[in-house]
Formats: sequence, structure tokens, C-alpha cells
Amino acid sequence: MADHLSYEESKTAVWKGLGLLAAVTVIEVFLSLLKAQDWAKDFQPLFIFLALLIIVLSIYKAYFIIFEFMHMAYEVKGLAMTVLLPVFLLLWGVIAFFYEGNAWKGNREKIQDRNRIESVLDAPNPVGAIITDEDYIMG
Amino acid sequence: MAADTDIFVENEAHADPHHSEGGWDGGDKKPFATSYGKLMMWYFLLSDAFTFAGFLIAYGTLRISSPSWPVPDAVFATAPFGIHNLFPGGHAPLIFVTFMSFLLIISSGTMVRAVQEGARENKRGVVFWMLLTVIGGAGFLGCQAWEWNNLISVEHMTITTNPFGTYVENGVYLDPATGEPTDEKIEAGKTYLMHKAGESHGEGHEGEHFEYPTAATDAPGYMVDDRGYIHRKFLVQDGFDEGAIKTQAFGPVAFGALFFGITGFHGFHVLTGVGFLLIILLNAGSGVYAGRKNGYEMVEKIGLYWHFVDLVWVFVFLVFYLL
Repeated sequence: MADHLSYEESKTAVWKGLGLLAAVTVIEVFLSLLKAQDWAKDFQPLFIFLALLIIVLSIYKAYFIIFEFMHMAYEVKGLAMTVLLPVFLLLWGVIAFFYEGNAWKGNREKIQDRNRIESVLDAPNPVGAIITDEDYIMG
Repeated sequence: MAADTDIFVENEAHADPHHSEGGWDGGDKKPFATSYGKLMMWYFLLSDAFTFAGFLIAYGTLRISSPSWPVPDAVFATAPFGIHNLFPGGHAPLIFVTFMSFLLIISSGTMVRAVQEGARENKRGVVFWMLLTVIGGAGFLGCQAWEWNNLISVEHMTITTNPFGTYVENGVYLDPATGEPTDEKIEAGKTYLMHKAGESHGEGHEGEHFEYPTAATDAPGYMVDDRGYIHRKFLVQDGFDEGAIKTQAFGPVAFGALFFGITGFHGFHVLTGVGFLLIILLNAGSGVYAGRKNGYEMVEKIGLYWHFVDLVWVFVFLVFYLL
């Protein structure tokens, strides 16, 4: 694949890499279908474990494409660092936005719960007790 | 593009970059031991990665914030030529998108081969492997066109209407004819597709179907809205609303916009990639790069772009189809 290999070796390396990516993809799809089964959905830790495993496999595929197919492993270290290090900024983006998304979900559930409590309390005279979505500014 | 900068100018006076009083014509020392063109392709791809990451993070945020989300196995369960009918229940979950992924991965492999042949200054090899890459890319686009067409004209999803809803409670359907509870169960977490009255929806039919009117109707057992979507009614059998009759609702609105927006943006990258591959393929074939004697560097640069398109698909595939 790179200068350190002979032409013949680098040719076989491509087909091996291709086989690896295809195999990982097949495993991912299999795990995804497994995760969608009813028994897996009902057992939360397994569901989360399978989802994380799929994410890790995808990141491995990304690593392989960048380092072997795109040749990053054989570039000067400075080049690799200037391209790869900024990507880690996204880690914070993922954490912050997903935390925020989860908070929106929490707000929605809280509103729903309050509506339910008040609809029970004021059951005989519900006028004015129903909180509609417009009463809250979401997100 | 960067052919000029690739010419190595031997200039004794400026051999040491720290003594370049001679003017602006130094710069024979390449940063990161690579050409200007390749370096800038890497930085372009970095910026593009941030664009895609922004879109995908938006998708994740909205998905996490929603009480329910369409299950990918239920949404992406069709394939061309009725292949999905060969699977149990007429559902072929993720089969077609897996095929699409393979097309893109294989075209990435053939691209590596083209770059390798370029490094050996083998014109015929470059043209042959680039041609296969173009075919792979075009095949992917064709598959995506089928997928979009199926979602838009068969399943009636638009960027603002998402007919894929998901139940959050258990219960039973009401009979559309009588409005009485049936023994047809609904389960929390199961995704349903709301059909349009009077139109085929591309799925296998079992037994006799109730004929829904095409005009807006609110019957005891179902509701047809003014756009013709059929909302079935069901009896909730657990949770807070136990005993209540509910009507099927549309799924999260953002789903259609996110799906068409993000896969469309990726598909547009594939489309431009195929275009550039063709241009460079023709140039390579007509001997433009052979004359430059730089190991077909242009092929290497489009190769970087093409692998990036494959790389983005890894993540689009992950968030839309696998998770």
C-alpha cells in the first residue's frame, strides 16, 4: 500500500483491506438487527452494549479508511496532527448537544407529567387548568 | 491545479530557508513533505468533515430529544424488484442499504488501485481502475435514487411530513368498519407507516383490506386527514391513558428533513465526485498527467476526496440505519 511494501504486496493489501471493511460492515448490520429484536430491546444494558459496539466498529472503519486507504499513516506526523487533532473538538460538540437534547426531552416529559397531575386534580372543572405547549418555551 | 508548485526548483542561494533575503522566490522546502495540492485537499476535507459533523450532531440532538423515533429496521425495509417480498413478512431490513454501502466500499478499493497504478506511471491501469470506481459511484447514486423515489412516491414521506410514527403504549387496533376493539395488537416501540387512502403502498397485502374513503373522514375506527393519510385508531391498554381511544399521529417532523437533507448532501458529494473522477479519468487517458511526471498526483488528490465520501457514508450509515 505504501512505499514500504513491494507492488505485489501493496496490491494484496488493498483486497485484504476491502475484505476487512466488508466483514466489519456485515458484522455491524448483524448486530444492528440483533439489537432491534424484542428480547434485546427489553434488556436495556444489552441494547446499549450492542449500540456502543456498532459505534466502535464504525470508528474502526473510519480509522482504517483514513490511515490505509487515504495513506495518513505514511504522511509526516505534523500533517496527520493538523488534520486529526481538530476533529477532537467535535467530541465536545457531541457531548454538549446530546446533553442539551436530553434536557429538551426531560422538559417535555415534565410538562406531560404536570398536565396529567393537574388534569386529575381539576377533573370536575378542568377549565383553565390545562397547560398547553404554548405556555412553555421549549429549547 | 497544483502542477506548477510541484516542480522542484533547485536554487543554491535559497537552499537554507532562513537566509532567503533574495526575495519571495524561496519556498523550495515543502511543509509536511507533501505538495500544496494534497495538503489543501486534506484541509478541505477537514472543513467538510466539520460540515457533516454539524448535520449529524443536529440529527442526534433532535433524535435524543424526541419521545419516540422511527425504528430504522422498519423504515428501511424495502428493496427494488420486489426483493423484500422474498423475506419473511415482506420486510428486508437494511438489506438494500448494506448493498449500497458495499458499492461505495468497493469503489474505494478500486480507487486505491488506481492511485497505485498512477504511482507506477501505468496509464492503462489508472484508466481501468478509475473506470471501475466511476461505475461503483454511479451505481450508488442509482440506488439512492431508487431509495428516495420509494420513500417519496410510494411511502409518501416528505421533508415536512413523516408518516413513520412509533407507538409509545400497548393496546389494540379498532376495527375500521365498526369501531370495535379487535385482537390486532399494537406494541410500544413498534414503528408504523401511515398509508394514503386509495394508493398502493408497495407492501404485500394479506387478506381482505378495508376500503378507506379518500375524502377527509372521522369515523369511530379511523380518521382520514385532508391530505389522504389514514390514521387508524386504537385502544390504549396500559400506562396513564389506559382505556382511552387514540388516533395514530405522524412521527417526528424533523425526520424527513434530516434524512433527505443529510443523505442528499452526501449524495451530492458522490455526484460531484463522479464528475471529477470522469474529468480526471479523461485527462489521464489523454496523457495529461503522464507529461507531468509526478506519479499521477491528480489521481491521488481525487482519490483522497473519494475515500472521504466513503468515510462520511460510514457515519451516515451508522446514525440513520444502524442505530
